[in-house]
Amino acid sequence: MPAVSLKNIFKTYDDGKVQAVNNVSFDVEQGELFGLIGPDGAGKTSIFRILTTVLLPNKGEATVGGLDVVKGYRAIRNKVGYMPGKFSLYQDLTVSENLSFFATIFKTTIEENYDLIKDIYEQIKPFSNRPAGKLSGGMKQKLALCCALIHKPEVLFLDEPTTGVDVVSRKEFWDMLKRLKEQGISILVSTPYMDEASLCDRIALIQNGNIMSLDTPQNIINSFPVPLYAVKSKDIYRLLKDFRSDPAVESCYAFGEYLHLTLRDDHDSKKTPDQLAAQYKTEEFEAHVITPLIEDSFIRLMQEKEHAVVT
Amino acid sequence: MNNKAIICQNLTKQFGKFKAVDQITFDVDQGEIFGFLGANGAGKTTAMRMLCGLSFPTSGKATVAGFDVYRQQEKIKASIGYMSQKFSLYENLTVMENIEFYGGVYGLSRSDIKKRSEDLVSTLGMSNEAKKLVGELPLGWKQKLAFSVAIFHRPKIVFLDEPTGGVDPITRRQFWDLIYEAAANGITVFVTTHYMDEAEYCKRISVMVDGRVEALDTPANLKRNYNTNSMDEVFFQLARRAQRSGD
Repeated sequence: MPAVSLKNIFKTYDDGKVQAVNNVSFDVEQGELFGLIGPDGAGKTSIFRILTTVLLPNKGEATVGGLDVVKGYRAIRNKVGYMPGKFSLYQDLTVSENLSFFATIFKTTIEENYDLIKDIYEQIKPFSNRPAGKLSGGMKQKLALCCALIHKPEVLFLDEPTTGVDVVSRKEFWDMLKRLKEQGISILVSTPYMDEASLCDRIALIQNGNIMSLDTPQNIINSFPVPLYAVKSKDIYRLLKDFRSDPAVESCYAFGEYLHLTLRDDHDSKKTPDQLAAQYKTEEFEAHVITPLIEDSFIRLMQEKEHAVVT
Repeated sequence: MNNKAIICQNLTKQFGKFKAVDQITFDVDQGEIFGFLGANGAGKTTAMRMLCGLSFPTSGKATVAGFDVYRQQEKIKASIGYMSQKFSLYENLTVMENIEFYGGVYGLSRSDIKKRSEDLVSTLGMSNEAKKLVGELPLGWKQKLAFSVAIFHRPKIVFLDEPTGGVDPITRRQFWDLIYEAAANGITVFVTTHYMDEAEYCKRISVMVDGRVEALDTPANLKRNYNTNSMDEVFFQLARRAQRSGD
């Protein structure tokens, strides 16, 4: 039995005008760390709300821990931990009061499951008498995670836990998730940061309510269908404009200090990167083939979709 | 007058005993794209508020667009544009109404507003959306519109506070196209971001740690100095030195 299962889930808002989730199906296996990767408005939060039984789908079926999200909502609520994207603890209660509150409503005690949260809670323990509203962003995030874990849930739902958080805190947070996974908790996590995708067992790339691809990060990268070049030159902005205007170029976009480039294979005027560079008299040009990142795959899938709509 | 858009000398902001910004010193050239990085809580927002004329420094000196941050706050506000991920536009006004509103706030004439707003919506390819409520637009379009509105009065400097947070990777790049274009037109761009690939699009970047500017250079030089080929790693090496945590 998968930890989470969605079959053909649809969700619309505003009398059907907004299609938030469009025929989404996927399973999260027991003990898996599964990532929903996509920008704001992709439908991630709607999926989380449906699975945590606070929103009804228009169509389709979903189960969490084997229980139906509609019929079994009461039982599901006791089995899952949910950390919404928006900070939702009591700002005027202290750190320890928030934690006891959540332990109490789930009919447990802090002591009973302290093992599970120990690593994380120790980091905020020095501030246990501070109102939650007065914590820093990183500490709020840790407290919210403790509160979501205190009843030892089977499945943990984390909706954009690292949004707006700096690189250092993001790394720490993902280390914590890895340790929780090792303790057998199934985790569904969403993020708009493509670089976090590689830290998941499997990921779904989601855009406009549709899943564009679902696999292990490595398989998604391996299925990138054409060679991808990283190129740069003295004047990179000019290079971008020149290459984009050329019919031999399939796609060219900025990526850190390089441009990422794919070329048309079928075109009559097929060219190599060096031929292109010579044609535009590019100074200090360099190019090499690279392994794509998840972000490259995401961009390519988005472009294919847009192209499919246009033609 | 000189050609510096921003000059900061030992600029400090203290709350009680806490030095949120601790003697920061840097210049930004006119037309430069300057990345202002730092971990949560490093003091970026406090520094930016002083530079935007929203908060008085405790000590130090700074001029923005040639105006003094102590005595000429109102002149600074009129010479800059500002955009953040959080506050952008009025969702229950249409695209055109938002543009007209901001044009009016910055004291542009009706004829200027009319002409420039028509140019703006056609450049953004939003002519068909001009009469739509901003709340109905996709996030990416909102952010592009918010940026265009922030530079509608042709400020000398535009401050962008995490302008691309949560935006899809294609729109994020289209947004940077707009930034490059603004810089090519002579507007100085002062930008914060959590995306390290975006740091590379800046001419120079500074990294704040615990209220101080710990590093300031071109992305290439920083990577060389920190002996790595990834900006992520540079940031990580600097930010993990931080003693204070979170914002």
